[in-house]
Amino acid sequence: MTTFPIEKIREDFPILKETIRNKPLVYLDNAATCQKPQVVIDSISHLYSHDYANVHRGVHTLSVKATDRYEGAREKVRAFINASSTKEIIFVKGTTEAVNLIAQTFGKTQINKGDEILITSMEHHSNIVPWQMLCEETGAVLKVAPINLQGELIFKEFEKLINDKTKLVSVVHMSNALGTVNPVKKIIAIAKSKNIPVLLDGAQAIPHMSVDVQELNCDFYAFSGHKLYGPSGIGVLYGKQALLEAMPPYQGGGDMIRKVTFDETEYNNLPYKFEAGTPSIADVVGLGSAIDYLSEIGMDKIAAYEAELLDYATEKAKSIKGLKIIGEAKDKGAILSFVLDKIHPHDIGTMLDSLGIAIRAGHHCAMPVMDFFEVPATARASFAMYNTKQEIDVLIDGIEQLIEVFG
Amino acid sequence: MFDDLRDLYQEVIFDHNRNPRNFRVMENADRKVEGFNPLCGDRLTLFLKMEGNEIVDASFQGSGCAISTASVSLMTEIVKGKTGAQAEKLFKQFHEMTTGKEEDVNLEAIGKLAVLAGVREYPARVKCATLAWHTLDAALKNEEDSISTE
Repeated sequence: MTTFPIEKIREDFPILKETIRNKPLVYLDNAATCQKPQVVIDSISHLYSHDYANVHRGVHTLSVKATDRYEGAREKVRAFINASSTKEIIFVKGTTEAVNLIAQTFGKTQINKGDEILITSMEHHSNIVPWQMLCEETGAVLKVAPINLQGELIFKEFEKLINDKTKLVSVVHMSNALGTVNPVKKIIAIAKSKNIPVLLDGAQAIPHMSVDVQELNCDFYAFSGHKLYGPSGIGVLYGKQALLEAMPPYQGGGDMIRKVTFDETEYNNLPYKFEAGTPSIADVVGLGSAIDYLSEIGMDKIAAYEAELLDYATEKAKSIKGLKIIGEAKDKGAILSFVLDKIHPHDIGTMLDSLGIAIRAGHHCAMPVMDFFEVPATARASFAMYNTKQEIDVLIDGIEQLIEVFG
Repeated sequence: MFDDLRDLYQEVIFDHNRNPRNFRVMENADRKVEGFNPLCGDRLTLFLKMEGNEIVDASFQGSGCAISTASVSLMTEIVKGKTGAQAEKLFKQFHEMTTGKEEDVNLEAIGKLAVLAGVREYPARVKCATLAWHTLDAALKNEEDSISTE
């Protein structure tokens, strides 16, 4: 912990100096979205002030500059997840759009009536609903692997559900509602042994650990910029080149074409085939800055620091009478989901807000998880690299106080 | 601690949350409607016994936060003996109180329900307080489907 530059990091995030209801902000809703460091804010402002024009179009200097910044960010993303080529990095709006893209392109061409798509029961709605929509259209079947009471995937059951009809495995790398980190290497190995492609929903995992898509050997990896200390409205779909080449385009428009006549259209090369229309240029550049910032600190150091935070918070939370932690997987990221005896999460959220503490209260877009644990909702404190043990003390103290007030 | 919240969480609200009134299934109900707030997962089932146009009994089941539980508990108390039209008028006044400007609200007319006026300052919690009334509204209009505040 001593080597982690927490004070410097906190200085880098201007919003952390805000007060909420006259109390210093304690921001613990990082699984919903992360705050932005000054360098990300500045990079967007700098682009609009000095280097902005449309990309891939003009011969003029500004267009070349903007294109360099935009494509430079793509290379940063490639290096960050260790993809083998920038052709495999597609910019999308976010994880949700990435999953929908796969469903609408790979899904529609490769998945037919009676085929099966395998997910887990800890998925976010964005890794459930696109598949339900696809199943409705194609007559394919959605299979759901169960979890245990600790919130871990029951691997044996998952294994049993893989068969000749399985055409895609799509699982969350780290659960947003429970914090569970799935055994993705084992999942990928078993799927690969049957030649089944694997999509990982990396929205939660990416800000908390280093991700190497080649080492993982996943076919697709999706994540959002806003959970990685970058701008909202931008995300990444990684896909293996051969699979992307075989897939039809997602949307038609400018940038995704090479030649258009009224008789036929020739599609552009990767990755542009999947990037119709003017992209969110400044957000891509902002994401590139966030990646530079994180790389300088080091994802492994961030993971180690956050693991200490989680251990500290978990130990303190367990000492509170009437508090039950939802999600106690052995392999877990920095998320503390909990319920209190006879106090609804929504009341917990409002009470803590009055102390300046931002947590999430609700179903976390994972209603099936709530049903499994038989709770209507949970309160969730989710940590980021800029949080401190002192902030956890404020949270724990707040919880103890509100229990007293509710009597 | 929690001084800012005194207007929102008044003692009456804690009391109704701990001991909700009319919290029971009504076997011979004339109207039964479910209310659901997808934002927080609050669910309630409202039962009404009608005689002509008069609400002679009201009860509920379900689980929710302190605000929504207190709101439905208070509502079942206040609408008993009221006609459908009187209850609808109360709904309108309650809605104005929880969403509108203070000067527009006749706090006398609304009686005990005034303890919920504090939600006005908490836009994220307004739906917790109004779920009960939207459900009542649906029950009075005899809509059979479950209703949602979204």
